[in-house]
Amino acid sequence: MTALLRTEGIMKAYGGVQALNGAEIEVEEGTVAGLIGPNGSGKTTLFNVITGYERPDAGSVWFGGREITRMSPDKVFAVGIGRTFQLTKIFPRLTVIENMLVAAQAKDRPRNLLAWFGKDAWTHHRKHAMELLGFVGIERHANVLAGSLSYGQRKLLELAYVLVADPAVILLDEPAGGVNPTLINMIADRIRLLNAEQGRTFLLVEHNMEFVMGLCSRVTVLESGATVVSGPPDIVQTDKRVLDAYLGVDLDEDEPEPVLSEEPVHNKEDAR
Amino acid sequence: MNERNRTFAKGGGLVVLLVLAVLFPQVFTNPSVTSYGVLALIFATAAVAWHIFSGNSGYISLGQAVFYGSGAYTMGIAARDWNLQGTSVFELIPLCGAVGAAIAVPFGLIALRVRRHTFIVVTIAIFFIFQLMAFNLWFTGGSSGLASPFLTWAPVPFNQNFYYIALACAVGSIVVAWLIGRSRFGLQLRAIRDDEDRARGLGVKTMRVKLGAFAISGAITAIIGAIWFYFITQVQPQTGFNPLFDLTLVLMVFLGGFGSISGAVLGAVIIEPLTSWMSTVPALSGSVSTIIIGAILLLVVLFMPRGIIPTSSELITKLRMRGRPAVVPTTTIEPVSTGSDPSAPTTSIGSGGAR
Repeated sequence: MTALLRTEGIMKAYGGVQALNGAEIEVEEGTVAGLIGPNGSGKTTLFNVITGYERPDAGSVWFGGREITRMSPDKVFAVGIGRTFQLTKIFPRLTVIENMLVAAQAKDRPRNLLAWFGKDAWTHHRKHAMELLGFVGIERHANVLAGSLSYGQRKLLELAYVLVADPAVILLDEPAGGVNPTLINMIADRIRLLNAEQGRTFLLVEHNMEFVMGLCSRVTVLESGATVVSGPPDIVQTDKRVLDAYLGVDLDEDEPEPVLSEEPVHNKEDAR
Repeated sequence: MNERNRTFAKGGGLVVLLVLAVLFPQVFTNPSVTSYGVLALIFATAAVAWHIFSGNSGYISLGQAVFYGSGAYTMGIAARDWNLQGTSVFELIPLCGAVGAAIAVPFGLIALRVRRHTFIVVTIAIFFIFQLMAFNLWFTGGSSGLASPFLTWAPVPFNQNFYYIALACAVGSIVVAWLIGRSRFGLQLRAIRDDEDRARGLGVKTMRVKLGAFAISGAITAIIGAIWFYFITQVQPQTGFNPLFDLTLVLMVFLGGFGSISGAVLGAVIIEPLTSWMSTVPALSGSVSTIIIGAILLLVVLFMPRGIIPTSSELITKLRMRGRPAVVPTTTIEPVSTGSDPSAPTTSIGSGGAR
């Protein structure tokens, strides 16, 4: 199997802080891959580098045999990488269906003024968008302002509008963070379904170990901006370096809360 | 009222407003009254142009006077250098629009790299650069400015003609703003307003979209600036590139309702005649009128911070809904099977398939 998404020796420093120090990750086509690591280990920064929000100081990002290092976010999205954010990013003053349409029309290439300014030039995306809203279970809110959705519903909306543009790889930044257990199960279920039925590839950052270990076929552990180990979940869980660096607890123990660390409420991007 | 009736009522209302606007100078023929109308329409056009960019994208531009003044100066310089007289000057209007759009591109490429307060400050800085250029460049006429080519219209048709020209501009800009609002382009602009980074991550070419809206806004503002210049027959650096111009626009839009076309028009139609009228009343002229306008702004911010149109439409909805049961959105999360149960709800999801 070839890696669909791959990074090589990514370096990124903010002032004196080396956020990424040679991070390497490989995501094979048709798999669900996990990225874990303690707070500040560079997971979100790596996501930002892959999706073009941050420019790496060194290293390269490869997608399907093509180098996409330093591409702008809209181009990264156009080549087929969609992502969600740790704290959901939606358009609060657009309706839910309009949120979907922003993403749906991104791949259109309007050739003339009518396609840019005409009303019906893009509404044909509406049907597909409604189907996806149904898939994540929020179609009843299609005409509500997205800002009035609950946090969990926003997570679902984010997932839906990333899907609407039909990306080959979907990067999920803490899909289960701050979400109630029922919804966590539903999100896991949807990811499994998309992966099994459509062969969609996922890479997810998550602190909920149960969630990660249950979903991912390959887990990469990041520490201080460098890859510590990468492999199937059962091997990663027993790797001594990982236990030292990150886990520090035996997952077989009947821990009531397998969430390993408290994520600060604010966004890492802002906290830098 | 169902959807169709509502559209019908809305369209009917607009037709009535348009007929009233067309009849206005026929009923009030006094030039001092019609000039209120002309200036109100000029400002309505400028406010709608401001709305096209700032109202949709959320980038508050305080540099619209750059386009307004540039339009006026383009008209004046071209008419002077090419010896144009009489109504043939109106053939320059497309040129003025093109100059406005052409200025918007480098202006936007610099200013649109930054957001929020920084953007506002950069637009003000660029505005002052243009004002200084109008004072100092060799072809602008310096501090005495330019005079417009002589028009041989008598006072009454003069104002009436300008009234209809300004009305055409206002209607035109409203149509453009409406087309943009319902289009893909408008949706992308509003997505940028809500979360620009997210929009970029969903494939929106944000710079191109912002620049496009800025150029359209600049072109319309330059055209109306040229017409304003021809109407008042002269322009100086401090009137063409007037720092109060942008503040007035913002006040108009915030009074009428930020983010809506009707808000921009309503604000202009209230504020501009009010200020013109106050300047003719000795007791209110000068700083008193400024105090009154400031007081109006404070009252608006206190009692309807979102402006007249959104606040009153909310009020109407509330009155209409009185006595009816409130609509409570139902909870949505369907029961979901845990684990990898293959019988989980499998709504087919359109395109995709294995890759």
